[in-house]
Amino acid sequence: MSYLEYTVKHVPTGLRKVLHLNWPLVLLLTAVTGVGFLMLYSVAGGSFTPWAEPQMKRYALGLVLMLIVAMVPIWFWRSVSGAAYLATLLLLVLVEVMGSVGMGAQRWIDLGFMRLQPSELMKITLVMSLAAYYDWLPARKTSKPLWVLLPVLMILIPTALVLRQPDLGTSILLITGGAIVMFMAGVHWAYFAAVIGLATGTVVAVFQSRGTDWQLLKDYQYRRIDTFLDPSSDPLGAGYHITQSKIALGSGGWTGRGFMQGTQSRLNFLPEKHTDFIFTTLAEEFGFVGAASLLSLYVLIILFCIASALANRDRYSALLTLGIAGAFFLFFAVNMSMVMGLAPVVGVPLPLVSYGGSAMLVLMIAFGLVQSAHVHRPR
Amino acid sequence: MRKSPAEIGESHVRLSRRALLLGGAQLAFVGGLGLRMRYLQVEQADQFRLLAEENRINIRLIPPARGELFDRNGIVLARNEPSYRITIVREDAGDVDAVIGRLATLVELDPDDLDRAMTEMRRSPPFLPVTLADRISWEEMSRVAVNAPALPGITPEVGLSRYYPLRGDLAHVVGYVGPVSDYDLSKIEDPDPLLRIPRFQIGKVGLEAKLEDNLRGKAGSKRVEVNAVGRVMRELDRREGQPGDDVQLTIDQQLQSYTQARLGEESASVVVVDCRSGDLLTVASSPTFDPNLFVEGISVADYRALTENDHRPLAAKSVQGTYPPGSTFKMITALAALQEGIVNTEDTVWCPGHLEVSNRRFHCWKRAGHGHVDLGQALRESCDVYFYELALEVGIDKIAAIAEQLGLGVRYDLPMSGVARGLNPTRGWKETVRGESWVIGDTVNASIGQGFVLASPLQLAVMTARLATGMNISPRLVKSLNGIEQPGVTPDKLDINENHLRQIRRGMYAVSNHRRGTAYGSRIIEDNYRLAGKTGTSQVRNITAAERARGVTRNEDLPWERRDHALFVNFAPYENPEVAVAVVVEHGGGGSKAAAPIARDVTLQALYGGTPPLAAYPSKDRGRIRTQQEALEKLVPGREITRRDRA
Repeated sequence: MSYLEYTVKHVPTGLRKVLHLNWPLVLLLTAVTGVGFLMLYSVAGGSFTPWAEPQMKRYALGLVLMLIVAMVPIWFWRSVSGAAYLATLLLLVLVEVMGSVGMGAQRWIDLGFMRLQPSELMKITLVMSLAAYYDWLPARKTSKPLWVLLPVLMILIPTALVLRQPDLGTSILLITGGAIVMFMAGVHWAYFAAVIGLATGTVVAVFQSRGTDWQLLKDYQYRRIDTFLDPSSDPLGAGYHITQSKIALGSGGWTGRGFMQGTQSRLNFLPEKHTDFIFTTLAEEFGFVGAASLLSLYVLIILFCIASALANRDRYSALLTLGIAGAFFLFFAVNMSMVMGLAPVVGVPLPLVSYGGSAMLVLMIAFGLVQSAHVHRPR
Repeated sequence: MRKSPAEIGESHVRLSRRALLLGGAQLAFVGGLGLRMRYLQVEQADQFRLLAEENRINIRLIPPARGELFDRNGIVLARNEPSYRITIVREDAGDVDAVIGRLATLVELDPDDLDRAMTEMRRSPPFLPVTLADRISWEEMSRVAVNAPALPGITPEVGLSRYYPLRGDLAHVVGYVGPVSDYDLSKIEDPDPLLRIPRFQIGKVGLEAKLEDNLRGKAGSKRVEVNAVGRVMRELDRREGQPGDDVQLTIDQQLQSYTQARLGEESASVVVVDCRSGDLLTVASSPTFDPNLFVEGISVADYRALTENDHRPLAAKSVQGTYPPGSTFKMITALAALQEGIVNTEDTVWCPGHLEVSNRRFHCWKRAGHGHVDLGQALRESCDVYFYELALEVGIDKIAAIAEQLGLGVRYDLPMSGVARGLNPTRGWKETVRGESWVIGDTVNASIGQGFVLASPLQLAVMTARLATGMNISPRLVKSLNGIEQPGVTPDKLDINENHLRQIRRGMYAVSNHRRGTAYGSRIIEDNYRLAGKTGTSQVRNITAAERARGVTRNEDLPWERRDHALFVNFAPYENPEVAVAVVVEHGGGGSKAAAPIARDVTLQALYGGTPPLAAYPSKDRGRIRTQQEALEKLVPGREITRRDRA
């Protein structure tokens, strides 16, 4: 019996819902994805195969999914949040078991038409369930230690599973994404300060321990950190990605070499040029202007989401929207930091631009939730 | 949970505050990203552009030609053949299906290869070449070249691929090369960049693998300029690599090929060693296989056929196989006894057909017994009891010492895979390895080459050569490397009385020249080429007392894998030894029937340097031998075909 009941009659019904969608957001998403098509076409050497065409089909499918999710009332989504989280957790355990049974490092479940990565799905269902949790929890209990411990476990269990896969990038996104929702929900800032302090302490300890007999990491892990800190120390080995990526980016200049004129990506100097490193192609071919434009589009998407959340007096809707916006921000921020040499290469794709089915569809479903919250907001 | 409007309002205010805080932090981060972008793309743009230009110059490796392999007379055993393949560049082809359709009328395209190529093409950028057909013939290649205008995007390419013209004849010695696998790479600490070239061939087995470092050569490199789509525009400079070393073996290809043909599908092995130098003239093992199958990667069906064959074609039995040497070991027991002064040539032993040792009955192969036997007769007729008696007196340690001098239990350092050490058992060995103490029955068994003793055909051949010459010659397989003669080990005299050796040789002579000798049927009647040998029959099963009582089952009545191994060792000519031969026919039955005839044929072939005249054979055999010679001559590749002038 929430306060939603008296506002239901003001919420649009039937096809009128379509008119109340957050249309600017749809346009922004399409624009970003369009940039993706252009780049995929370019890295394939001016061809719709093998990447641009499937990506377009997936976007079309994603758009339909987003509309369907948006049409379903947000209170339905809130009621299934917990179940969705548990189901995804089960899938994660399932791939873990299947992987150890002999399928190699398999992270996905084959659905026939696509491969579903439960870890992708978890990014969304985690945010959903945390939002539902804080919607249910009375505000005065928010910062009570016991009530903080529960969401922390909700975050750490899937993170541990994903880390075992091993997928460092996704684990970081899960932790940070979950933390953002907790921060939004009003958990006392001292908790965050404590965690950040602890993390800093660990990092210091890790570096201090190097070379001593209580060394905390393996030697090769230290070498990876070295390579990140100074990629030029190993230009043909592990630092190759970062070095080549920076060359591509830097050689773009103000306006770039022009569409399909990038040499770095087309000459195969770049690894993963259609997935994690696609931003470098954009930066090389369209220069600072192009790269900054894409960044602006991303920022606009975030801003529209924040605006929509602030205007929404339903706590679940607001938390969900902010959480999804936060996760989305993390995606592109981590990816861009990575290709610009500000963060280690952890394997996070550029959202909506990089080639990849699971990530695209999951993001579109997430924005479907944002739309549903927007359409069904109390008026 | 019901919430009051006040509570809702308050939490929404807090949420808004925090959302704005986070939004601000995010904006700040994006600002940072923008600054970094500006730094890289605007301030440092010139520097990175320069680096990008440098990236346009590619360094490509030029694979060196692999060293070739020759026999002692310069006949090619392994060479590099141009291998033709057809590649397609999608963006040049336009309508790929139409072009492939036209190509299919000129060249036979394997549907599997084609499927793989189509998948690869869909995955890779359109400007990269994809292989459509590999190892096509020169005719097909030229047909494609002539029709080039109708086949846009199609390029015929030439590479080098290993070819073994003699197919199976030297498969076990030379081994084979194959494409580098991930497993190969994982074994190497710091792999040669050459190994990263797709389809680069490296030695996998045998001499190709053991001499890989000599054969491979050094990579050359060329710097090429590539255009904006990655196509090679021009070559800037080129540093030629260094081809691998050519290797000349001591093997005599004609003899080797003859021997392989003579063995046919029998599970057998033959080693022929030059008594004077230790040069291995023939190292044969049968059945054999075609190493060319492995060069481009063998099909599963072919591989299964090879591994499931119970005659084990992939095994190099001549050096890897170890067998109880059986009666071919008796020379060693006799020598030990002579050296220790326990017997002399005149002493006789009474052989009733068996010997009782610590309540166990050891049998002679001849149930009725040999009666009184002296050394000559014991060797000639292979009397077991004579050697039992000798061994009981001389003891295992003295026997083992002689065996070691003659090369048993010694691993020769030859560039072949899995060269076996065999086993020359001693008290100490049994103590440390088996944890049991040596019993007298072990000595009795060892005296006739049964029990623990194990030797490879290679070791038996070397043993015979040492008996024949009195020198401790060592086997040698590589005659020259890159034209530089490889010095063999200069042999020393054995620490064995020459008179004793002479008595042993006389006994061996009788084996195949005395009418009661066990190999009299396989004698040579050409006086200058008389053969001296010793038969051996080694059991692979235990004969129970019950079986003995009702009569030992004949080999012909046993399943193949339980029959005795047949062995024969010999040297020839008797007066002035040139070659030593060892033959082992797995589960062949008796040494005199199954192994000795092969040894005689191979010995004659070696001594005459080709097909021997029928006059060298006993007259009653000549008809059969003539038919056999005619059949084999068709199988042995002729000199004129494979001979090649060495420039």
